[in-house]
Amino acid sequence: MPTKIEKDVITGTDTTGHEWDGIRELNTPLPKWWVYVYLATVVWGLGMFVLYPSIPLGTTYFHGLLGYSSRADAMAGVQEMRAMHGKQMQQIGALSFAEIQKNHDLMEVALTAGRITFAENCQPCHGPNGEGRIGYPALDTDVWRWGGTLDAIQQTVTHGIRSGDPETRTSQMPSFGADGVLKPDHIQQVADYVMTLYGKAKPGVDTAAGQKIFAENCAACHGDKGQGNRDVGAPPLASRVHLYGDARETVVAQVTKPRHGVMPNWNQRLTPATIKAVALYVHSLGGGE
Amino acid sequence: MQFRHEFLEKNAILLLVASLLTVAVGGLVEIVPQFFIENTIEPVKGVRPYTPLELAGRNIYIREGCYLCHSQQIRALRDEVERYGHYSLAAESMYDHPFQWGSKRIGPDLARVGGKYSNDWHFAHLRHPQAVVPESIMPRYAFLEETPLDYARIAADLRTDRAVGVPYTKEDIANATADIEAQTNADANHDALLKRYPKAVIVPSNGRTISEMDALVAYLQVLGTMVNFADTSEEQLRR
Repeated sequence: MPTKIEKDVITGTDTTGHEWDGIRELNTPLPKWWVYVYLATVVWGLGMFVLYPSIPLGTTYFHGLLGYSSRADAMAGVQEMRAMHGKQMQQIGALSFAEIQKNHDLMEVALTAGRITFAENCQPCHGPNGEGRIGYPALDTDVWRWGGTLDAIQQTVTHGIRSGDPETRTSQMPSFGADGVLKPDHIQQVADYVMTLYGKAKPGVDTAAGQKIFAENCAACHGDKGQGNRDVGAPPLASRVHLYGDARETVVAQVTKPRHGVMPNWNQRLTPATIKAVALYVHSLGGGE
Repeated sequence: MQFRHEFLEKNAILLLVASLLTVAVGGLVEIVPQFFIENTIEPVKGVRPYTPLELAGRNIYIREGCYLCHSQQIRALRDEVERYGHYSLAAESMYDHPFQWGSKRIGPDLARVGGKYSNDWHFAHLRHPQAVVPESIMPRYAFLEETPLDYARIAADLRTDRAVGVPYTKEDIANATADIEAQTNADANHDALLKRYPKAVIVPSNGRTISEMDALVAYLQVLGTMVNFADTSEEQLRR
């Protein structure tokens, strides 16, 4: 308890009345402006209590007079953004590809939206410019597994390939080696023949046996000249563009126990209009049909 | 009689007890109501406990400190919803012990990474991130593929989770090891597994020993996929 409050001679301010080993302390009051600002924040705080969700009441809580919800606020922001892109993206969603392509302004929006969406969602597998990677097809060439028309691209992006979607594109190449359909030396022979299809065969290798095996086992899907078949997603073999590479051991590995790539279905993640924009962008990369 | 605060200030134990009580009031007022307010956890369908393989993958995620660079929480902000998808719900991490919300985003948020990439992509990316994302600064985790998954005590993990409130049934615990083996075998019968754990993603180990990477990929592939947002409305989720 303060015992001896005195007026300090030099400053003219009261002391606190405490004394520690002869040392005394000035009781300098807080500046008035500070005290008023402090009181104003208390009043402001009470206002916030009344306006915003604040006091818990058993199994519920006081929602505040403004009815504010951070989640509703965020979704309102999303709605606002959609309205901003709105008209044009709605048109992209509603019109057919041919109609969009005729409208220069709409195409510009679609290609921009497609490019941004591609960068966020497609680039990790297909590469920044759609150049593809080993195991992930290039999108800038005219070699397509499932088709390079706008509708085919839209279908692939929407439902994916070997994804969990009920309408997914799917195909399965048999494991000719692992399941014992072809003997290892037959696989070597067919690999020699397949290499002639894309012009990488070594000269002087006899491919007659391989050709026969190809006709019996492979031609049904890949075509008699290795031209591929888009109905079953069989890639063209008579092509310089390869999914897994053109080395002989890659061909042997694929015939022995094929790898089957998976593309996710994007219909859960992207809106139909955005998927159309992506299809238009992919189509514009150089391989569109 | 006037209150003499020297009495508190000069008695260290009493001061400690009084401080504790004061702080406790603040904690109680902020924390306790969360347990009673009905809409703390949203009434959404689909959230299930992790499969034993996903749980093992989650343990590896925690062991490797993935949470130090990746968050698992899409905040209710417009730009986050636009980039990552629907904002995260409390219900989506209600079976996480401990939760992996994280606070750092050196890498992207992973709350909805499930199904965004194929299993093959995840394997290629974990082995050598720069091979698929050249500008990435993520370290390589190729060793996970060479490390066999130790799941001898997985049933104990399930039991521990059950003790803190995750609704694993006795059947789930009894089948823990079998479920791990089924989820990593493309040719196995998955009916029982998928009945217990809908939407589980099969990560075939192709006859190899089951690796830690298999488990981690199974975990990543289920993140954010459990809730079907078509079943619920924005109104129900308002907070």
